[in-house]
Order: sequence, then structure tokens, then C-alpha cells
Amino acid sequence: MKPVVISDLSVAFGALRVLHDVSFDVAAGECFGLVGESGSGKSTVLRCASMLWSKWTGEVRIGDRSVREMSAADRCRTLQMVFQDPFGSLHPRHSIRTVLSEPLKIQNIPDRDDRMAQALCDVGLPVDFLDRYPHQLSGGQRQRVAIARALIVEPDVLFLDEPTSALDVSVQAEIINLLMRLRGEKGLTYVMVSHDLAVIDHMCDRFAVMQAGRVVEVLNREAIAGNGATQAYARDLIDASLEYERAL
Amino acid sequence: MTDPILDVADLSVRYPGATAPAVRNVSFTLGRERLGVVGESGSGKSTLGRALMRLMPAADITARRMQFEEVDLLAARERQMLKLRGRRMSMILQDPKFSLNPIRRCGDQIAEAYRTHFRCSKAQAHDKAVEMLDAVQIREPERVYRLYPHEVSGGMGQRVMIAMMLLTDPDLVIADEPTSALDVTVRLQVLRILDDLVREKGIGLIMISHDLNLVRNFCDRVLIMYAGRVVETLKARDLDRAQHPYTRGLLAAQPRIAGDRGDLPVLQRDPAWEQEARP
Repeated sequence: MKPVVISDLSVAFGALRVLHDVSFDVAAGECFGLVGESGSGKSTVLRCASMLWSKWTGEVRIGDRSVREMSAADRCRTLQMVFQDPFGSLHPRHSIRTVLSEPLKIQNIPDRDDRMAQALCDVGLPVDFLDRYPHQLSGGQRQRVAIARALIVEPDVLFLDEPTSALDVSVQAEIINLLMRLRGEKGLTYVMVSHDLAVIDHMCDRFAVMQAGRVVEVLNREAIAGNGATQAYARDLIDASLEYERAL
Repeated sequence: MTDPILDVADLSVRYPGATAPAVRNVSFTLGRERLGVVGESGSGKSTLGRALMRLMPAADITARRMQFEEVDLLAARERQMLKLRGRRMSMILQDPKFSLNPIRRCGDQIAEAYRTHFRCSKAQAHDKAVEMLDAVQIREPERVYRLYPHEVSGGMGQRVMIAMMLLTDPDLVIADEPTSALDVTVRLQVLRILDDLVREKGIGLIMISHDLNLVRNFCDRVLIMYAGRVVETLKARDLDRAQHPYTRGLLAAQPRIAGDRGDLPVLQRDPAWEQEARP
């Protein structure tokens, strides 16, 4: 299990500054949430911390190493990402076997067949799915494949970018249960972006509220139900979510 | 219900080449009320909305009855439908980014909707559009009138859409996931504006959504759809007392704020749900 420490992460796209000194710590084995409205920079934090975008200043450390120091191969074995839309994140013309074997080839990991079978088994899919293509799977099954792809290199940290928001409630429940189970089994650290506070409340111990590229406040999960936020924006966001849920 | 706006009996829709119909034997009536249509993706809820507007020329639509006020929607000619759509029945789509014309000013698009259906001068249409922008609580209607869709936020875009759709005083509005593309903070605001206008003008509203919370708060009655058919019809406030295992499964699968964080109950699908008769 490895902790994630992000300090003073700043990014500018041209003249536009999209992240302003974002800092937060995620304990080893914790599930940490990032919430905020669209355009607040939640996904950008994940993209920078995973070096999908490298022109930023500040520091991101996983365990005792900075992500900048790691080689690409090292980094990929340390952290992996699951994206929002399973329809867009799997190559339409690659079979599941290709999707899962590619990271193993790149990382020179032996026993590919066994590992692929195990990875599918971990996410609750039958092994004969290896020869299917993404269009032959449902949205939930595709998201399971995306999770299997991320976990097959045995990373320590998983970045989840709205992993369930493209899915139906019924399927969302399956994926949430799966993610919770895998975190326990494999000792993963999660950083999860979501706009749904109910999902955050269900999965995360702590979460950061973001607005316009800044972390407004870092709160414990307990702060949601009673709205214990002290900053105005965080209060508004939690109020809106509570009100939306009020009839439940 | 003395005066139904919409009366549908045994509506089925089959896409060309599809083995099974996307919508099967759906029947309901709509008065001056807010009706929610809920289901998972692929359950046929959007297809239902589009079929009511006759927006699917290629699909095969059959029904025993499909009556909108005095108009028989099954027999109506396309010319007649052109006069109905946007005038007496209108549709609010999910994402203003895709449903507004990107190269025309927001206000001009609203004014056009008015001029399509009413004879008036451009100046009158402009005034109408500004008035309507004001009604959807846009603070500087004259300024927003001149903005292009990419210059407005999602919430504002959706309000422009609502303004455009309600300007002609329709009797029926079909809102297909009107707020799914919006942030939680603006979602409620947009829903309230829509809700106020719908009540004030006595419009019949069909709210298509995958979100049980939303229909519970903003609808009077709810149809639950599964695999193209209506499995249950409920008063929105009785949603907790739903009988059908599918509805109960959907409700239970939702994570709740301050829930116990145990495993979420996963929906166990029963093939019989696709067959059984409507209760």
C-alpha cells in the first residue's frame, strides 16, 4: 500500500491557469474523493498526477518517489487509471485479449494467459470473454474490462475518473461493490473523481471539494450528512446534493 | 382525469431490422400533470418520447390509440405534425451543447421558434424571446439574447432550450433527460424553473429520466419501464412502496448519503419481467 501526496500542483494552458496550488494527501489504502462542478479541474488533477499531461509545476509523490522520477514503465506499474466512459476507453477493434495482454507485454510480465484469466476472474467476468470485442459487451462489462486492464499490472494506486457516471444505477452498484472488494483484497489506494456525493459518501473516507482549479476544502465523509463544511462553496455543493436526495 | 392531453393505448415501436420491438404495448393517459418515465438505458424510454412526437420516420409505430387532444397522432399527416411540433407539443433534449445550433445566436433561435408558428414582426418575436429569457430567470436577457451557444454555460444553455420550448405555450412538453448533463448545483435550479413554468401554464409534462430521485421530486406519477414495457405505474410519493421487484431493485441499488456502506444490493434480473402483464 502506498500513500499519494500532491503538493502545490499548478497547471496553465497558455494564459489560462487551470489549477492553482492544489495540495492534498491520500493515506495508503484510503479511498479519496475529488468533487466539484464540471470545469473545476478534478480530472486535470488526475491527468497531471498520472503524467498524461506533464507540463505542470509542484510535486506528486507516490510512496517515497516522485512521479516525475519514475520511468514510464515504473509509473504504469505503480499507478493506473480507469476512465469515465467504457465506450470510449476501450479500442473498438481490439479483442479483450489484446487489451489485457498489451500491458503485460510492455511490462515483460510472464504467465500472460494465467494472469489474464485471473484478471477477468477478479472482476467477475468469465474467461471466454477474452475473445470478445468491446461492442459485444454491455456498459458494465466494459467497465469491468477497463478495471481488469488497470489491475493486471498490479498497481498500488488506482485513479478513478467518474468510473460509474456513464452507467445505470443497477450497474453502478455492481461496479462500486467490485471496486470496494478489490481495494480490500489488493490493498489499493484510490483517488476518485465523482460529481455524485452519494457515491463519494459510500466509497470514500475523505474528499476534497474543488472549484475553479482550487481545493476549497478537504472534508471527512461524515461532513456530508450533517453538512459540516465551513467554506461557502462546499456548503452549497453539499446542500444541493442533500436537497436533491431529500425525499430519500 | 376529465380532459386527457394525451391518450396512448398499446403503443409499440420497432426499429427496422430489430428482432424485438424497442417499446411494447405501452398504454397511459396524461392530464395536466407531470409524468415521469424511468428505466435503464435501452429500456425504450427515449424511443417512447420520440414516437409520441413522431420523430422516427424509419421505425414501425403501431398502437390501438394515440390521441393528442383532438389530433389522432397515428393518422396525422406530416404537414399537420409540423404545425404541432414546437407549437403544441415540444421536446427538451439532454444536452444544450448538441441541441442548440452552434452558429446562431441563442436569442435568434428562440425568436425563430416563435416566428415559425406565429405571424409577427421580427421585433415582436425579439421582444417575446427576451421576455421568455427573463421568465427562465436569465439575469440580463438582452445580453444573453446576443450570445452564441458556446458562450453560455450548460445551465444557461438548458434554460435557453426551455425558453425556446415553452415560448409557444405548448400543451405537452416531453423532457428527455433535461438535466443529466448539468452539475448538481445548477440541476435543481433548472428543474425548479421548468417545474414552475409547467405548473403555472398548466402544461402536461413527460419527464424521461434514469434518475429516480429526480422523478420522485418533480413528478406526480411515474411509469417504470423495463425492456420496452411498463412494469409498474405509481404515484411519485409512493415510490418507496413499489411492488415490482425491478423498481425495488433500482431503488435499493442506489448509494445513499449516510448509508451503511455495506455492499449495495445488486439487481437480479428475472426473465419473466420481460413477459408478464402490466399490473
